[in-house]
Amino acid sequence: MTANVPLGVGLSIAAVLLCIGLVGVLVRRNIVIILLSVETMLNACGLAFVFAGSHHQQPDGQVMYFFILTVAAAEVSVGLSLVLQMYRHFGSLDVNTINRMRG
Amino acid sequence: MGMRTSESTLAMTFVFYLSAAAAIVAALLAITRANVVHALLYFICSLLATAVMFFVLGAPFVAALVVIINAGAIMVLFVFVVMMLNSAPGSIEHERAWLKPRVWIGPVLLCVVLIIELVYSLMQYRTGAIAGRTIEPRQVGIALFGPYLLAVELASMLLLAGLLGAYHLGRGALTSGGERP
Repeated sequence: MTANVPLGVGLSIAAVLLCIGLVGVLVRRNIVIILLSVETMLNACGLAFVFAGSHHQQPDGQVMYFFILTVAAAEVSVGLSLVLQMYRHFGSLDVNTINRMRG
Repeated sequence: MGMRTSESTLAMTFVFYLSAAAAIVAALLAITRANVVHALLYFICSLLATAVMFFVLGAPFVAALVVIINAGAIMVLFVFVVMMLNSAPGSIEHERAWLKPRVWIGPVLLCVVLIIELVYSLMQYRTGAIAGRTIEPRQVGIALFGPYLLAVELASMLLLAGLLGAYHLGRGALTSGGERP
């Protein structure tokens, strides 16, 4: 049988995971770990969708997780190639080395 | 049957909370590691805990997707990039220093908890063949290729755009990687 969890509790777990990811994005300076934190946030959103879908007994939550997964895959592929470019140009993964724009 | 069902639901609820705690702890550890490889290990643990949560919530299709695509393919991309960034001489010593046995203990403990939960819930799933609240992959597939067909096409176009973008951005990094300042 499936777990029986109140809706508010499940959504709170997703919110906690989202906040952890947000703190990671704001606090860390290593760009790979920032990307990982973004992944954590996307995963928390997906958890909220799947939880709500399971609560209402509809497949739509899982469909939404499928789309979130697609977005995550596209974001990670482009983001990681940008990380490679950044490392090639600046020799560092620290985002503080690219905080000045040269227009 | 009713008694057995409620017991089983209680156990599954406990499994859910345990894996939620594991996911949160692993995510916290992932964003506080100084080393990228350690953060990756803990993040994979967090994803696997999420997969167990999905499974006991009655979403086996999404649980499989998380393990195969998120914890499998996307994390392999991260590992590839970390490996490419550290392909300097002396990197083998670096990696050896990063992957000391004590580094593995935390993720392995979390994963052992998760695998015990998963085996337990699989056994429950097998024996308690009621599973009335599980949303089967069949239903998800019908929804995906029925009302959500246009969104699936858009998702494929998004993936194509991601592929082209990654190719375009990564090509320069590969061809002229040697002339880094």
